[in-house]
Order: sequence, then C-alpha cells, then structure tokens
Amino acid sequence: MIAFRMPSLGADMENGKLIEWLKEPGDDIKRGDILAVVETVKGAIEIESFDEGVLEKHVATLGQSIPVGETLALIRGIGENSEEVDAGFRAESVSGDGAPKATPAARKRAHEASLDLAGITPGTDGVIGLEQVNAAISTMSEKPDADKTGATTKTKTVKPGLDLTVMRKSIGAAMARSKRDIPHYYVSSPIDCMALTDWLERENEKRSVAERILYAAPLIKAAALALLKTPNLNGFYTDEDFHSASGIHIGVATSLRGGGLIAPALHDADKLSVDNIMTHLRDLVGRVRTGRLRASEMSDPTVTISILGEDTADAVAPVIYPPQVAIIGCGSISKRPWVIDGDIKIRDIITVTVAGDHRVSDGRAAAQFLRHLSNAVQQPEEL
Amino acid sequence: MRRITYRDAIREALREAMQKDERVFLMGEDVGRYGGAYACSKGLLDEFGEERIRDTPLSESGFTGAGIGAALGGMRPIVEVMTVNFSLLCLDQIVNNAATLRHMSGGQFSVPVVIRMATGAGRQLAAQHSHSLENWYAHVPGLRVVAPATIADARGMLWSALEDPDPVIMFEHATLYNEEGDIAAEGPWAVDIDRAAVRREGKDATIITYGGSLPKALAAAQTLGEEGVSCEVIDLRTLRPLDTERILSSVANTHRAVIVDEGWRTGSLAGEISAQIMEGAFFELDAPVARVCTAETPIPYARHLEAAALPSVDAIIAAVRRTLRR
Amino acid sequence: MTEDEIMALARRALFEVAPDLEGESINPDESLRDQFEIDSMDLLNFFIKLHDGTGVDIPEKDYAQLATMSGVVAYLKSRLGAH
Repeated sequence: MIAFRMPSLGADMENGKLIEWLKEPGDDIKRGDILAVVETVKGAIEIESFDEGVLEKHVATLGQSIPVGETLALIRGIGENSEEVDAGFRAESVSGDGAPKATPAARKRAHEASLDLAGITPGTDGVIGLEQVNAAISTMSEKPDADKTGATTKTKTVKPGLDLTVMRKSIGAAMARSKRDIPHYYVSSPIDCMALTDWLERENEKRSVAERILYAAPLIKAAALALLKTPNLNGFYTDEDFHSASGIHIGVATSLRGGGLIAPALHDADKLSVDNIMTHLRDLVGRVRTGRLRASEMSDPTVTISILGEDTADAVAPVIYPPQVAIIGCGSISKRPWVIDGDIKIRDIITVTVAGDHRVSDGRAAAQFLRHLSNAVQQPEEL
Repeated sequence: MRRITYRDAIREALREAMQKDERVFLMGEDVGRYGGAYACSKGLLDEFGEERIRDTPLSESGFTGAGIGAALGGMRPIVEVMTVNFSLLCLDQIVNNAATLRHMSGGQFSVPVVIRMATGAGRQLAAQHSHSLENWYAHVPGLRVVAPATIADARGMLWSALEDPDPVIMFEHATLYNEEGDIAAEGPWAVDIDRAAVRREGKDATIITYGGSLPKALAAAQTLGEEGVSCEVIDLRTLRPLDTERILSSVANTHRAVIVDEGWRTGSLAGEISAQIMEGAFFELDAPVARVCTAETPIPYARHLEAAALPSVDAIIAAVRRTLRR
Repeated sequence: MTEDEIMALARRALFEVAPDLEGESINPDESLRDQFEIDSMDLLNFFIKLHDGTGVDIPEKDYAQLATMSGVVAYLKSRLGAH
C-alpha cells in the first residue's frame, strides 16, 4: 500500500487543512492526478499523486489540519491486493490539532535546548522524535528553513481562506531562519534594458491586448538562460551539501494584496518560449489570486525571482528561500542617464541584485550570472 | 554450578521448604501418588508422607478453602491448582477470603498461604487449560502475585513467598517446566520478590515482560542486538505489587517501552503497565508504548493457530522497531 | 453603451481579475494601482476583459489613460462613440 502524504509545500509549511477530496476510494489514480485540495497559509493547493494505482481509502478527515508527512490516503499500487492496515499504532492513528506532532521526549529535549519544534523536520512518519531533535541540536547552525523576500504592507483587502496574519508570521519566522542560517552575499548591477523595452513596445503594438507580453516574461527567460551557465545558483542546499538541480524551475514571487508572497514554480523556464512563459505566468498569477496552486508548483522551485512592479523601487536585496541557494531581485525599470561610447544617453535601466548562498558559491558566480543576463537582454528577439 | 530443569528447581524448593519448616505442607489434585500434573512433586510423598503431601478431591474451592483455613490456623500451606483455568473454581476463596481477612479482621489474622498454579499456552492443551489470567489476581489488593521466569527464581521464590505473611499466588508457566539452566550448587536461594529484575541491559528500548514470555523477549533482544538495537529486558517477577520504580527508571533511559504479556490485550496487565508508564514517564516517551499480547480469542488447539495467537519473537521485534519508528 | 453600463462592465472585469476585491467600493478618481495594489499582470488581465466586453482595442500607449475607473469609463466611451 502506498501512503499518499501531506506534502511539504515549502520549508515554512507545518501543516495543511484538508478541504476537498477529488478522488474517491476505488478511483484509478494516475501519476499527476489531483487527489485532494489542501488549504495552507498560502491558499488552497491542489495535491497531485506521484504514484499509480487505485485509491484504497481516505485516511485523513475533511476539515482537519494535518501535519506535513502524515498520510492522507492509501493508494493500492498496481498488482497489490487490498488488505487491512495493521492495527498497531501509527502516527496517523491519532488526529491532532495541527500542532507539529512530536513525542513527549522530543518536546522535552527540544525545550531543554531552547529549540523550536517548528524548525525541526519530522521523521518519515511525520513525527518529530528524539532522533530528529538530537539531529537538529547537532546541526543547529545548518538548519535550512524559511520563506520569501519582503512584501507589501498595506492591509486593505483579505482574500477569503487566507489568514494574512498567519502568513505574515510564517514569513517572518522563515526569513529569520534564512538570515540566521544562510550566509548571504549580494551582487548587484544596473542593466541597460532598452533593447528589451523597445522590442517589447514593437511587439505589443502588433499584438491584440490578449497577446501582449509583460517585460517579466522575457526577463524570466533571460534569467533562465543565464542560470544554465551558472548552475551553482540553481539547486538546493540540503543535508549539509549542495545539490545542483537538473531543471530550471523558477519560483516567481507574486505578492498578495494585503501582504504576503507566494512564489510558485514556472517549470523548465529555459525551455519555454517567451510567449509560453507569458501564458504560464498569467495562469500562475491568476491561480495565486484565486488560490488554486498545485503542490508541485509550491515545492519545485529551484531558484526564485522577485520582479518589482512598475513605478515601485529601483532595487531589492532579497532573502533566499531555503533550501534554494539564490534569489534574483529585479527593481523597476526607469529612465536614467547612461554613458555609451563617451556620450550620455537616456536609457531604460533595471537594477538586478543576486543574493547567493556563500556555502555554495561566491560573488563571482552572481557576477557571471548578471553578465549573462545582461547579454541575453540585449538580444530580446533571440530569447 | 549445576544444570537442572525448572521443574527440578520447583521440586527442590518444595523439598527445602518442607525440610525447613514443619508447618509447610503441599496439597492439591494428584500431587501425591501421581507426583503432580507437571511432576513437580514426584517422590515427595515417599519422602514426607501423606500428612504433608496431600492428594485432594477434584474440588478447587474445597481444598483451597482448606488451605486458607490452615493458614489462618498457623500452618504454612502450599496449595497447588492444576492450571489457572481451574482456579476460577476457587476464585471465591482466594478473592473473598484469602485476600480480605487481614483487612476485615483489623490486622488480627494473617493468611500465609502460597497457591501455586500452572498458566499459559504453548502445549496444545486448548482453550480450557491454556489461558493466562495472572492479571485477574494482580487486580486484587490483599494478594501478592509472583511469576518465576528463570530456573533460579523457580528455585528461590517459593521460600520467599512462604515468608510473606499474606497470601501469595505463584504462576508457573507450563512451557517453562522443561527449560534447563545453570544455577549455583548451593544456596542461598532467596529471591527479592519486591523487585523486578533486569535480565538484559540496553539503551534503545525497554521490553517489559514476565513468566513464559521472558525467553521470547530475550530472544528478540538478542536478534535486535545483532542489528545494533540495544534492548533492556525487565522481568517483572512480581505482578502485584508492580515494581513501578524499576519500570519507570528504565523507560526514562531508553524512552521506548514494549510490554510483552501473554494475557489478552484488552484489560491486560500490559494495559496497566502502559498506564503507569504514561503517568510516571510520559515526558520521557519517544514513542507510544507498544504491547505484544495474545490475540483476543480462546486459545486455539491447532498448533499453527495456537502459535499465531501467542506473542512471538517476531512480533516483539516488530514492536520494538515500531517504537524506534524505523 | 451608457456610462453606467460601461462602469458596470468595468467593475465586473476588475472583480473577475481580482476576486479578492469583490464588493469593495471603488473610488473612481484614485488610481487602481494605488487603491488596490493592482500589478501589471492584473492590469493586463483587466484590459483583456475590457477588450473582450467592448471590442475596443486598447494599445499599450493608451494604458496611462486607464489608470482610474473614471479614466476607464471615459476612454471606453470615447472609443465606443467613435465607432
């Protein structure tokens, strides 16, 4: 029997509330099928299956808050017979109030070490035991965990189902951990992007409103191509080691009205055309607003890009979202005096800042990235 | 050192008690001419005579009551009941009389009787001769309940029980009688029946058991030890009063407890021990307490079904792994 | 289309793009960006819906005229009237 578990949709997620089943016992399950909808601090997330088989039974109860790693349902794998689950104790045999499930001894040890259980990764059964606490104590300085870069602050509207206070708390705790654990370095360059803006203007003039492109799309493509050449910025730092990612899945930081940020993945951005990126981007942002993201979009980003909107601010020094090892911050494009061949010209300038993880790379990698990005932006029609 | 069986050890203990104290006598069904249903008293009739090795009618209530009366009258009777299943016929005498009289007489009367009985399954004796009802007696204030699990305890516990001024129920697991082991050539044999014994030291999990399940627990601990999991094995020895202190201090070190009890799970002694651990060592636990008990069925006759119903070495190993969450 | 009809259409378009704003009162003269933290993507989607609802093509160079709700109504009215 395969356990279909509450996935971790980001290092800052502790639990999610099961709000809808989309598959019933007896239904065939294919890889990628959406089985359930879970409400998190980042909204309703659709959870996909990575296994195939037949849904044996729902284990978790609708409406309950369920810790990451706990079994939601059982899937009978292909060729497996239906069977009764053993009657001994299991982590999932007791339903909790959503607090991290930890053994009494683990709680005591964590308390003695002044360690927050929220920052401890549970065992495979979703429970924090002594083993996990002891591991956390011994690697206290290397604990990766965190969320996103800064966010807008004005609280005017609140999306139904999203508790922005809770999200703010979770971002706060996660960012504190990121800043504590990750030795950030910052490398920044103003980039002349007039070629890009001119090209966009020409392109958009030809296009109907529905087909127009925002500068974010070619910028993301350019960043993806630059990342291909700087693999040290694309991947995860886990188990005290860097693991370079095979694909380039860019988390696009999207701010919510009222505060809060979500950075869902734009998968394989380096392989998509600018038009495709634009289509995906429109879809992603739409679903951030309506709260229907998929689990893989939450957990897959290998790097994050934060693009400040028009007329906002010149530059942003973002905070890395662990276990990622880099984040790219783009200020808004503005007209600036710029020296070209000894003359001062008015050009469109965007300041791009890369925050990198010093445990993995040095400023040189970020500088290379910025150079590649700048080159790519000069030939927008090639993107 | 010499090598004897558990049965030999019981017989030696009986003989020693008879020799040491004239007030001691043995009575029960077939203890004389037949030498005891499990042959524990073979040869004693010839040695001590009919006055002290008394065959009784098939009336558990009658001869147990007589034993209690003799104890009240100043004797040190040892009453043998064939199996715990049959002891239900004298439950009234044990629970309503033996256990209560000190209390009801304001401490004037003692009932220094020792009631021995075989218990447990594993010999294909089916559902009327195989149960483990130790917990029924361990429930009753006024009784002491002991369960010798080793040759040395079988040799030494009887005398310690006789020295107790209150009624002692002694459970001898039927599968242990043929167990062989080394014990010292000579005494002293006395056993501290107030204390549980640590039969194997360990640091990863505590296996708490007694009587016939001890060999299984030790075998499980041995296998786990070869895998690098170090188990402490506690032999309770005395089921009432429980040596709670020893249980808790061990669990506080290992943070994990597995209780092996041949009784049925529901309402079991294992349940009581689990509750005591929860009350006294909750904050030390790194896993829910695990219980390995007998399946909730009358003990089956068929060999494979009987084996399947009882706690097994594999089940104990699996339970320990579960507490380690591996 | 009357001004009221255009206003109703624009409101509906805005709430479809930003369902979390549903029911908010809109100050017609304050910029949507400032009022509701509307970003470029929201605006683009908003314009697409306006285009779908009215058939009016909105070139990028005119975006500035549509920064406020009253601007949206005035712009669409004039473009519709020109047909």
